[in-house]
Amino acid sequence: MTDHLPPSPEVLPLGLDGILVRMARSLSDAGNRAALAYHAALRQRLPGGVTETATSLTSVFVRFDPDEIQRAELENSLAELIAVEDWYHAPLPPNRTLWRIPAAFGGSHGPQLEEVADLAGLTPDQAIEDVTTTDLRVLALGFAPGQPYLGFLDTHWDIPRQTEITPQVPRGAVVTAVRQIIPFANAAPTGWRQIGQTGFRCYSRAATPPIPLKAGDVIRFEPVTAAELTRLAETGPLGGAVPENLS
Amino acid sequence: MSRTLTILRAGPGTSIQDLGRPGQIGLGLSRGGAADRQGFIEGAALLGNDIYAAALELTIGGGRFQVSAPTRFAVSGAQAPAKLNGAPVPHLSTASAAPGDQIDIGPATDGVYSFLHLAGGILSPSELGGRGRHGIAGLGSNLADGDAFPLGDDPTPDAAPVLLRKRESANKVLRVMPGPQTSLFSQDDLDRFQSIAFTRSPKGNRQGVRLESDDKPFASQGQLTLVSDIISEGDIQMTGDGTPYVLMADCQTMGGYPRIGTIVPADLPAIAQARPGDILRFRMISLDEAADTWISDQTYYRDVRSQLEPSVRNPWEIADLLSYELVDRPGPEVTESPAYLKNSGQE
Repeated sequence: MTDHLPPSPEVLPLGLDGILVRMARSLSDAGNRAALAYHAALRQRLPGGVTETATSLTSVFVRFDPDEIQRAELENSLAELIAVEDWYHAPLPPNRTLWRIPAAFGGSHGPQLEEVADLAGLTPDQAIEDVTTTDLRVLALGFAPGQPYLGFLDTHWDIPRQTEITPQVPRGAVVTAVRQIIPFANAAPTGWRQIGQTGFRCYSRAATPPIPLKAGDVIRFEPVTAAELTRLAETGPLGGAVPENLS
Repeated sequence: MSRTLTILRAGPGTSIQDLGRPGQIGLGLSRGGAADRQGFIEGAALLGNDIYAAALELTIGGGRFQVSAPTRFAVSGAQAPAKLNGAPVPHLSTASAAPGDQIDIGPATDGVYSFLHLAGGILSPSELGGRGRHGIAGLGSNLADGDAFPLGDDPTPDAAPVLLRKRESANKVLRVMPGPQTSLFSQDDLDRFQSIAFTRSPKGNRQGVRLESDDKPFASQGQLTLVSDIISEGDIQMTGDGTPYVLMADCQTMGGYPRIGTIVPADLPAIAQARPGDILRFRMISLDEAADTWISDQTYYRDVRSQLEPSVRNPWEIADLLSYELVDRPGPEVTESPAYLKNSGQE
């Protein structure tokens, strides 16, 4: 991860009805914070004809109805908002949620914990300590409905993806690579390494709302035993996770 | 009276589709929906269905279906032989099935994705704002023999039979607009990309279609450190081995491969319907040229409605006569496009 940022966010075409406001070309904390802050400001003064907005790891996507507004006009509005402040140093938006999410680490729930700890230069206990004491930000939701990319762990967690793909990790698998963590929304193959397991569902028809997390939310994993994890998974789709409003 | 659709035989990859689940990219959900939106909308317009009503999407395997009460239907998308109790039903025309009748859709003879629309639409369970199967999002399911679904009320049960005649266009050069990473490619590579006759690979599905050529791989600056970013349907990404891969309806919301540009929506049906081995060529166009290709789903629907013609005789009696004019969708380079668009909305 490098912090090479452009002098100013770039306004670029993405599809016939889309514009991308790109804060950075490579992953960086400042780029992600800028995307979240700019997006929140944009939602406060949404130009007419905008049909959808979203954030990714380091950019903001704006979809519009070309029958309602021309690309050039919307680009001007987006550029005006860029000029309003230094988004790379803007505070994160208010009204985010802190989620305490129970997870079991190691053993059958985290078959690669020891391997990961080794790569990070830690003991397995120290690795669990790192993961459960770091406030992780929902950098973006993506890949599967509601599935968060969480970051950032400290620099010694800059572990590359494994070259061999794990054929399948279960739904709720807590996996890690490149200073990030993902609790998987569905069973899936992955190049990330599994260190834990949570009963938290990134998407559940039974939950209100069905997708609980939003980009910018804060996640704190709380270590539980395998038996406790099983009990919590039966309490509902949040798997014992507790939300708290961050004003 | 409530009506039911029963799937007697579902070919592989048969699924329920509608126009997808828009507006949820930020939640990790791409829009999805019918693989060929134009073809899908043509079927809805033939019946006068709500544009958002769900229909069956069939791949080259076809299928066999039955209804529990009289039901108007139409087949659109890829040209596939449709039969009602063994009698041919022309492509892009409406017909009516009675209880016990069998609707058979054979393997597509041109294209990949056919749509069987039933008046009133399929009322399968809705999830996250849509009824369609979205494979990588884990929504909906492929259909199995014996599945049955309720149908909505036919908005115009007494409508006279209609058909849609479509003009064929020979030009199949797909138009590509610039995207956020186009500038990472050298002018040489951009020129080369537009000169190659690519082949639609056998590797292709609702998520994406791979393009093959004997030419050398495509590379971009800084592709190894590129951060994953939001994807648009129609994006052409250069995968790890430098092979182009076009992202289709069920694409992921974010991807880390560099993308040379985006195929405009008007030309996406041509790539969705390309069969393995078909030749595909591309041409880069400016943002202004791209803007001129825009047509909303609603406008396209009204436009098709305005072009419907009564099918005076029993359509199966003149099936052979009409099939030559009915088979092809307008090519991506419809030169009469501006006038065609101006006529829209005159329902």
